[in-house]
Amino acid sequence: MGMGLVQVAVTLAIIMLLVKPVGTYLVAVFDYGSGRTKLDRWFGWAEKPLYRLAGIKEEENMGWKGYLKAMLLTNFIMLVIMYAILRLQKYLPLNPDGIGNMPPAQAFNTAVSFMTNTNWQSYSGENALSYFSQMAAITFPMFTSAATGFAVAIAFIRGISGKSDALGNFYVDLVRAVTRVFLPLSFAAALFLVFQGVPQTIYGAITATTLEGGRQTITRGLVASLESIKHLGTNGGGWFGTNAAHPFENPTPLTNLVHIVSMMLLPTALVYAFGLMIRNKRQGWAVFGAMSFIFVAMLALVMASEYRGVPALDAAGIHGNMEGKEVRFGIAESSLFTAVTTAATTGSVNNMHESLTPLGGLVPLAEMMLNNVFGGKGVGLLNGLLYAILAVFICGLLVGRTPEFLGKKIEGKEIKLASIALLVHPFIILAPTALALLTPQAVASISNAGMHGLSEVLYAFTSGAANNGSAFGGLNANTDFYNVGIGLVMLVGRYVSIIAMLGIAGSLAVKKTVPQGMGTLRTDTGLFTGILIMIIIVIGALTFLPALALGPIAEHLAMP
Amino acid sequence: MEESRKKTWSKQMVGRAMLDALIKLNPIVMAKNPVMLIVEAGTVIALLLAIDPGLFGTGEAGRGYNIAVFFVLFFTVWFGNFAEALAEGRGKAQADTLRRTKSETMAALIQKDGSLKQVPSTALRKGDFVRVEAGEIIPSDGEIVEGLASIDESAINGESAPVIKEAGGDFSSVTGGTRVASDWIVIRIMADPGESFLDRMIALVEGAKRQKTPNELALTTLLAVLSLIFLIVIVTMVPMADYLGIQLDPATLIALLVCLIPTTIGGLLSAIGIAGMDRVTQFNVLAMSGKAVEAAGDIDTLILDKTGTITYGNRMASEFIPVQGVSAGEITHASLQASVRDETPEGRSIAELAQKLGESWDDRDYADAEVMDFTAETRMSGITLPGGLAIRKGAVDSVRRAVAEAGGLIPDDLEEKAAVIAKSGGTPLAVSSGSRILGLIHLKDTVKPGLKERFAELRSMGIRTVMCTGDNPLTAATIALEAGIDDYIAEAKPEDKIAAIRREQQQGRLVAMTGDGTNDAPALAQADVGLAMNSGTMAAKEAANMIDLDSDPTKLLSVVSIGKQLLITRGALTTFSISNDLAKYFAILPAMFITVLPQLSSLNLMGLGSPSSAILSALIFNAVIIPLLIPVAMKGVKYRALSADRMLARNILIYGVGGVIVPFIGIKLIDMLLSSFI
Repeated sequence: MGMGLVQVAVTLAIIMLLVKPVGTYLVAVFDYGSGRTKLDRWFGWAEKPLYRLAGIKEEENMGWKGYLKAMLLTNFIMLVIMYAILRLQKYLPLNPDGIGNMPPAQAFNTAVSFMTNTNWQSYSGENALSYFSQMAAITFPMFTSAATGFAVAIAFIRGISGKSDALGNFYVDLVRAVTRVFLPLSFAAALFLVFQGVPQTIYGAITATTLEGGRQTITRGLVASLESIKHLGTNGGGWFGTNAAHPFENPTPLTNLVHIVSMMLLPTALVYAFGLMIRNKRQGWAVFGAMSFIFVAMLALVMASEYRGVPALDAAGIHGNMEGKEVRFGIAESSLFTAVTTAATTGSVNNMHESLTPLGGLVPLAEMMLNNVFGGKGVGLLNGLLYAILAVFICGLLVGRTPEFLGKKIEGKEIKLASIALLVHPFIILAPTALALLTPQAVASISNAGMHGLSEVLYAFTSGAANNGSAFGGLNANTDFYNVGIGLVMLVGRYVSIIAMLGIAGSLAVKKTVPQGMGTLRTDTGLFTGILIMIIIVIGALTFLPALALGPIAEHLAMP
Repeated sequence: MEESRKKTWSKQMVGRAMLDALIKLNPIVMAKNPVMLIVEAGTVIALLLAIDPGLFGTGEAGRGYNIAVFFVLFFTVWFGNFAEALAEGRGKAQADTLRRTKSETMAALIQKDGSLKQVPSTALRKGDFVRVEAGEIIPSDGEIVEGLASIDESAINGESAPVIKEAGGDFSSVTGGTRVASDWIVIRIMADPGESFLDRMIALVEGAKRQKTPNELALTTLLAVLSLIFLIVIVTMVPMADYLGIQLDPATLIALLVCLIPTTIGGLLSAIGIAGMDRVTQFNVLAMSGKAVEAAGDIDTLILDKTGTITYGNRMASEFIPVQGVSAGEITHASLQASVRDETPEGRSIAELAQKLGESWDDRDYADAEVMDFTAETRMSGITLPGGLAIRKGAVDSVRRAVAEAGGLIPDDLEEKAAVIAKSGGTPLAVSSGSRILGLIHLKDTVKPGLKERFAELRSMGIRTVMCTGDNPLTAATIALEAGIDDYIAEAKPEDKIAAIRREQQQGRLVAMTGDGTNDAPALAQADVGLAMNSGTMAAKEAANMIDLDSDPTKLLSVVSIGKQLLITRGALTTFSISNDLAKYFAILPAMFITVLPQLSSLNLMGLGSPSSAILSALIFNAVIIPLLIPVAMKGVKYRALSADRMLARNILIYGVGGVIVPFIGIKLIDMLLSSFI
């Protein structure tokens, strides 16, 4: 366990070291500024032709509605193209293994899944997708969906710190996120992965003769390029069905480290960038502090429960829970991966979440239910700020002033929009779970009886709602019910809260900034961080406690 | 104040509120409060279950339990309504009193030919002229166009001393319902029937036109959404439990739902708002809307007139300064002599100061003296003693000229000493006796006692104070320093005031001000909170969003406190309400599943007796906490001037942490009580 703790500490230290430089870089990337910046000179040659080609007016500054419209339109067009590719992959090039077309419900699910940065996979990549599909319908949206989330978060920050309803230019933000952040970073990461033994080839599967003389088909492909953006963009969809537990996706402890750092890199740095952009670094750290606190608590819980194991195995002399874990990662690295992948809403896994101890399994569930412990690219910050706005509202009342956040008054309209965002998350988790349990064919997909079976369904919809994409396992999700159901949940989970939050940004943008005084509630203090943590946990707990009590908590308490 | 509070809680009023609470059970009325509407719906279902326990399949619980749940739910709704009715009660009582004042009066309408005609007051229209004699009630709001009279305004503000009103100037407006105490006046009517000040006042105190304030609306939205979330949680729990083979009892589900939704704040929310307005009314301030009261809590800058608000407005003697060669006793005595028969406030203050310094006099000694009153030409006043000795006091240059004309000498240090006084913001008066100048009286504007402390309090709350005065910058600076004002505008013209308000508002600040004159009206309208004096003109009162019936400008400070207290009370009870949920979960969840998932009994932290007593205890706690908190909702939470951070820490500790702990204790106690009965 000591060694495990050291590994975790080193990983977290690396992440912390990267927060400031990467955050500063992000601010520079999205700074329209005056005149050409150094970054413009480096990347302009690639971006300018793109803008010309697409007819994008670089100087256009959009209001929140314009920004939203551009975002929705772009996403919708990509979604349609992806669906078409999946449905027609049999007739498209780069299909060395001769894979057939994807059925409609599954294609809908998959297209939505990757467009919403969820990467829920009801298929196994190696058997269900051609190389072209993997590139055009999987890897491509991994860039654009992450860039979309990023753009929206940046637009939101511009709104709440701005003086007019000018949130920026969605197209420019989208392009810059790809050219200046994701492409360079993922290129570097992919090279490292290849160096560690991750395959990157357009040739099909090979057949090998094993030592015993048996014949084995070994699938491979453009794995490294997908893996790098999969984690940098907190996407999570693997090339192979077993995801980051597969030795070709995640062969060594070093690649495991790179994966974990890649996942946390941008979500953490974005919180710091938020502080820089609103010219109040303390505010950035206050939010960062709240997220870190919950993250560390969750990590501690999953590690403690996995090291503690289960009484039945303990009695047999096996300490700690190694079921469903890869020996090359061990308990510490697996627990860390679990905590990180659901915090950053990546959804890739290097161990089987279904095999976690009940309380260990509660951690990924809880992190996705909160959906703001750093969270997915951009959207996590938005969710965190949603809770900050609620905290400000209540705290503002407690000090006897109309609540203000960053000098902008939080009034009826903002609360209405925040309420929508707040309401939609539990609704799309609990209602479909209940519906599934009432539908016989949906119940048939569950592989475990009782409380663990309940957790399987709950996990699936939570993962979809949080746009995480990780699977608990055990549930056969490739049925029309789950393909369509989870597909809809992913759509609503992604876009409703984005629309509401951009609405808040638009509304706050045109408000006058109230100067700070003695009577102003400071939101960049430790006290506020504490209250923010309390509000996140209390609202989360109050909403999901009954479901968790019937699933993992009851299961844990049932252990002798 | 004490008396009126007693009145609120009179038996009669509580009785009326209890009845009103029943009338409010009408679902159409309840619809404006979504949280309590859910409780009411739950009550109806519980009633059906009490009648037929098997209504929704096999309910495990018996009829007795369902009946108990029904009653507790019913009382939860009723308690909430009772709180609102009780808060409305005082306003209604006050409105009744006002209505009696408004009783039909006859008015002497002046017709075109100049003759008088008796018409009922309701027949009067804007622009009519009426004549009102001593002892008659003024029929409607208007402006005096002829005459001068003392007016008894006790009907509106309870103040028994009559005030003098006359045609022209800032004291020409009269209010319908008040009485002419002496003399007669001719009034031009300024309001159509139903729109008069009294009508508006009745509507306001009665709360008939009460609209939810923006903050209240935002909070209602948040509470409704929280309720909706809990409704989803409870409804989806049924199939989940069903999948595990657990039949959930419908009455218990309703109980859990009602425990979780924020009923405490939901039941008290409107009572808090009404009581807040009412507290303002108790201060004899009429707020035109709840929004204005809330805005008062947000004020960043107070713009205050110097005269009348910060200082008494009349200059008072503070020191006697002899010139070279004159003793202190001599100047004091001469100053007293010059002022014994001077009835102006300045004169009286000089006599008082002299008395304080040990001088005394006998009025009879001066009975035959000849008094010289102050005039704008001489700029001097004084007394000529029967012996012919003329003692004068007045503007330094006037006295000097008079002395020089009489052939007296001008002391060398006179100018210098006068300059020192002027520099310090005071006014120097020279005193002469015969052809001798004896010295100077230092007249000073006096800051009202206690204001400095209040301004310091405001500063600690983050509110800036700005003083407006017509004085020169020097005098202004002195007074500002003495009163602890943050900033001042000297030699201010009315347009300077409005410019100052705009400047503050452009920086995003909310501004409050007081005023009474017609030329204050634009500034009163521009300010976020404008408090007009009841003694002021109609135009000022129309422009303001609050009117102080006592015409005491310092009340603005109290209104700010009430506005803040209103928001804090809402926040405190919301925090308390939500924090309570934790304990309720721990009471109800294990009880619900005890039969099928006995392992969940380790969540029964409170060690509650039986499942049904656990659920009922939580539900009863949830109900009785509403009436227990009614006093808090009515009086507002205790409010002290603290910086935002300290106030937040304090209130989170009391209502957040306290809100977590209290129900654990409360539910346990109720359970112990219940268990001893069952």
